[in-house]
This record gives sequence, structure tokens and C-alpha cells, in this order.
Amino acid sequence: MAQAPSQSELQEGQIIAPGHSFGTITDKIGSIVQARRTPKRWWTGFLIGFTLMMLLFLTIGNLLARGIGIWGNNAPVGWGFDIVNFVWWIGIGHAGTLISAILLLLRQRWRTSINRFAEAMTLFAVACAGLYPLFHMGRPWFFYWLLPYPNTMELWPQWRSPLIWDVFAVTTYATVSLLFWFIGLIPDMATLRDRSKWWIGRVFYGILAMGWRGSAVHWHRYETAYLLLAGLATPLVVSVHTVVSFDFAVSIVPGWHVTIFPPYFVAGAIYSGFAMVLTLAIPLRKMYKLEDFITDTHLDYMARIMLTTGLMVAYGYGIELFMAWYSGNVYEKGLIANRLIGPYRWFFYALIACNVVAPQLLWFKKVRYSPWTLFVLSLIVNLGMWLERYVIIVVSLHRDYLPSSWGMYSGTGWDWSMYLGTIGLFFACLFLFIRFLPVISIFEMRTLLPEAHVHTEKEAKP
Amino acid sequence: MPQIFHRAFNTLSLVSIYGSVFLLAGLGLAAALYARSGYVTNAGLAREQPIPFSHQHHVNELGIDCRYCHTSVETAGFAGIPPTKTCMNCHTQIWQGSEMLAAVRESYRTDESIPWQRIHKLGDYCYFNHSIHVAKGIGCVTCHGRVDQMPLIWQEKSLLMEWCLDCHRQPEKYVRPRDQIFNMTYERRDPDEGKRLVEEYQIKSKMSCNACHR
Repeated sequence: MAQAPSQSELQEGQIIAPGHSFGTITDKIGSIVQARRTPKRWWTGFLIGFTLMMLLFLTIGNLLARGIGIWGNNAPVGWGFDIVNFVWWIGIGHAGTLISAILLLLRQRWRTSINRFAEAMTLFAVACAGLYPLFHMGRPWFFYWLLPYPNTMELWPQWRSPLIWDVFAVTTYATVSLLFWFIGLIPDMATLRDRSKWWIGRVFYGILAMGWRGSAVHWHRYETAYLLLAGLATPLVVSVHTVVSFDFAVSIVPGWHVTIFPPYFVAGAIYSGFAMVLTLAIPLRKMYKLEDFITDTHLDYMARIMLTTGLMVAYGYGIELFMAWYSGNVYEKGLIANRLIGPYRWFFYALIACNVVAPQLLWFKKVRYSPWTLFVLSLIVNLGMWLERYVIIVVSLHRDYLPSSWGMYSGTGWDWSMYLGTIGLFFACLFLFIRFLPVISIFEMRTLLPEAHVHTEKEAKP
Repeated sequence: MPQIFHRAFNTLSLVSIYGSVFLLAGLGLAAALYARSGYVTNAGLAREQPIPFSHQHHVNELGIDCRYCHTSVETAGFAGIPPTKTCMNCHTQIWQGSEMLAAVRESYRTDESIPWQRIHKLGDYCYFNHSIHVAKGIGCVTCHGRVDQMPLIWQEKSLLMEWCLDCHRQPEKYVRPRDQIFNMTYERRDPDEGKRLVEEYQIKSKMSCNACHR
């Protein structure tokens, strides 16, 4: 095994530690998957996730037996935790697609070491998100009524409903993300197949590698397919959360009927997505000593994106306040007053503290280069984005046009257990992914090395 | 390094990937056919009745009008199941000793209804009214089939919602003159009759959800 270089040589702006060769990269990433012993820290993390996932199954079982009455949803607040969490999870997924598609097309080479697990994060987040509308239906076994198929009722879905657009946006997103992730994995699957010491590993990775031999034709087709998928996935970064925002913006509820919602939701999605990537990347690189590949420079770049999108989101909050005043609409003004001084005002102030005030620390380079400060900040932003959806959904719904129909909302124990349960599902899947699939793209990391850029003598050096 | 997979896996993987498309399409088709089959809709299923009453005999061979028994079909939502007294109008005079009709006489004596098995069942969530359909020129045979040829009654059509909508979307294909409602063998001669009758009867067939799901 080639000698791995020491970390001290790493300089600012470098996206891979110097001294690595093709062999050391392959060894380092491959050994996470092919280690004989599973580290204790992995087991701890996985078991916590698994336990919470069991809580999810318990909640779903109870939900199916007793109906969605076990949740806190009530007459004015028909959408509660279920939609808050749906939007939260879907938003988190967006960073994965942005990193894998848009940064690829923009030739941001630093994406290489984070795209694989960011894409996995996207998939698991979309899976968690999908559970909420599914079980909010009450009779989830009829979910296929949402799809246009030749049914015996001769009914077509209601195309004028944004909820139907949502079904298509999210399923397209899940499909394209899965394909993108899988195609990107194929060359690495072949590497693991060839390195595997056990028969079972060779067969498992062999099937996933789909006969990859690394021939020039294979590479040519791979590059074409990957680029095409990146092109397909790029509009999805913008479209999915736009459609999610239509769920609200197309309605006439004060606080929802806002034209800024689509861009503001997309910015929020990328904001929370990068926060989640940081939440995962910082412990991950510590746990497997991957500082060579996920360098402080990576964290810095991600923090900058977080700061940018955070400012966009802050602009969105400002515009909401401004427009309520500027429109002169009594209901809009009433809604904002309710947000600022109503019974849920502390949610709003906490949201501003988490999403607008705290991230201003990212202006400082010291903060951006301090992984654990970044980690805490990323958790705060995740919390803030959850609060944002809570404020948008609950505060807008609980007091609408008719004071006689006003009410209050709070999540029940089962709401919380479902939320914790999806977090468990997310982390259980993530830990399985870390153990069985290469968490960083091996072959793309190799291309970062100088020896990957071979030039003929006639060709000018870059 | 030895080969992990046998050469046959090349073919196998190709066949399974392309085959899965056809497999899924086939499963979808099977599900669509199953949902419309008599196994699900009960169409074509003749149930055993407490008395083997034959519409074929009474309608076709004896010529009794539908309304003799189903008295409220023109005026109410429910066409009406005749009381035992209707049977006994004739059967006090003919076949009064028949073994087959013992249950009818028993019902007449004890004043207990004959437990007929219902054939045409709509969901509780469906509102249906016979009288409006009769008034707007929809014949019995259009929905119930050739009842005059059924020894035991069965459900002729699927009663699926797509079947309701088929007529509600194009009533001109099924409408007939009002004096032909109870005719089991009416055949349209004038091809423009449908459009003419839709206009004449002012047929505005409802297609909103709450027309039937009230």
C-alpha cells in the first residue's frame, strides 16, 4: 500500500492534499468499504439511526391503525408537521443535485470529493420527504389515484392542482437523482469488484458494476451519459422547489399568495441543503480521517454558498414584510402583525436569529476555516429552515380571513415521533451507504491529480 | 483474475433489463383487465334466489310489462321490488299448488318479505335516480340488458364509473323515444335521432362530481 501523505502539507485553496497517487486515493476510499472490521463509531451511529427508524415504523403502524387524527392537524391548520417536514426534507435534498449537476457543468472541480455523499443525502432526504404526503393521504394504499392511468372511474388527475404538479416534480426528481447517483457509481463499483477479497463482494459489486471493464468505449459512453443526466438534472434544482412553493403560492391564503415564493423557496432549499452537507461532511471526514480529500477549502466554499443563499432568504423575509405594507391589503398586514406579535411570534424571532443573524458570522474567514463552528452553524441553519416552514405554514393557516374560524396548532407526540423517525431513516440509510458504497468518488478524485492530465509533446501545456 | 460471472450473464442481464419493460407493461395490462372483469364487478353473475324467478318466462313468454312489478320506476329513484301481493295477484289463480311457489305462499301467509338477493348494487356513496333516466329517454335494456332472456336475473353491465360516464359524456348514442323505453328490442332507424332527442328532451347529463357523489 502506498504511503499516504501527511496532512500538514495541505495549503489553503488546495482541494486535495499533495503527495497522493492513484493508488493512495483508491486505497484510502476503498478501505472504508472493504475494511474487515466495522468501526465502533459506525455501529453507534447506525444503531441510533436504526432505533429512531423503528420509531418511524411504530408511528406509521399506529397512523394506519388509527388514522391521521393522531396528528395535531385540525380545522384551521389542515397542514401541520407533515407538510413542514416534507418541505424541509425536499429542501435538504437540493444541495446534492446542485453539487452534482450545476457544479459539474460549471467545471467546479472541488465538487468531486463531496458530490457522491451529497447525492446520497439527496436520495435519502427525498425518501423521507415522500413519506409525509403519502401518509397524510390517510389511505396511502390509494396513492396511485394521483397518477394518470386508465382507471375504471375514467378520471384523470386534476391538472390545475399544484399538488399534482408536486407529485410529478418529486417523482421526476427522485428518479433522475437515483439514475445520476447510480451511473456515477458504476466505475467505482468496478474498482471495488476488482479489489474485493471475498466472493460475495465480487458478486455484489460485480452486479452493480454492470460489466464495466474501463475500456475507452465504456468511458466515452459514461461521460456522455453523465453529462446528459447533468443537463437533465440542472433544471430540477430550480423546478422542484418552485413547484413545492406553488403548493402555497397558488392558494389565496394570506402569507402564501406571494409571487416571490418560488425563488425564495429555491434559495432556502439550497441554503438548507448546504447546511446539511456540512452537518454530514464535518463528522464524516473526522470519523474516517478524510481531511486530505474534504479539505478546509471545501468547507470554506460551502460556507460561502450558505452565506449567499442565506442572504437571499433574508431578502425574501424582508420583501414579505415590505409587500404587506406596500400592498395596503388588510389581510396581508394582519398576517404580518400576527407573525410579529401573535402567539407564534417566538417562532418567527427564533427563525430570524437562526437564518439571518447567525450566518453573518460566515463573513469571517476564521469562522469558515473552523470546522466545529461551521458544524454548529449548520445545525442552527437546519433548525432555522425548519422554523421557517413552520412559520409559513402554521402562522398563515391558524388565522385566516374569518376570525370565527381562528384556532391554534401544536404538534402531538406522534408528530414528533414521525419527525424523529424520518431523521432516523435518513441516518440509518446514510450509515449503510457509508459502509457499503464508496463515500467519495474514487475515479473522479484520481482525475484531480496532476498525472491524470497527460499531454503530448506537441500539445501546449495548460 | 478468473471471471466472476459466466458468459451467459451477458445475455441474461440484457434480457432481464429489456424484459422488465414488457413485464411491467404486461402486469399493468393484467391489472386493468382484472379491475374490469366480472370477477371484480360481478357482471354476468346470476345469483341463486329464494325462488327461481324467471324474467325470461314472465316478460318474454307471458308479456308482462316491467312496470307491472317495478311500479315506481317512472316516479322515484328506486324502481321498486314488488311485494309478495303482486305475485299472488296471479298465483292465487294459477300454479296455486306448485312446490316451486311454496315460499311465495309462505311469505303471503306470514307477511314476511321474500329474501331476494340484490343484483344491482351501487356504492353507498353514489346517488342514482331511475325516474330521471326514464323521463329523459333511456331504455331499461340500455343498462339492464336483455332481461327478457334471463332465466335468473344477472347484472349485464359493469356498473363501473367509467361505464356511467360513457353515457353521460355522449347521451346521444343511447337515448331513444320515450314510448320505446320498455321495449326490449328497439332498434334505431334514423341515424340523427340521438341528436334530435337530446335537443327535444333537453338532456343535460350531469358530469360534476356532486351529481352522483352528494
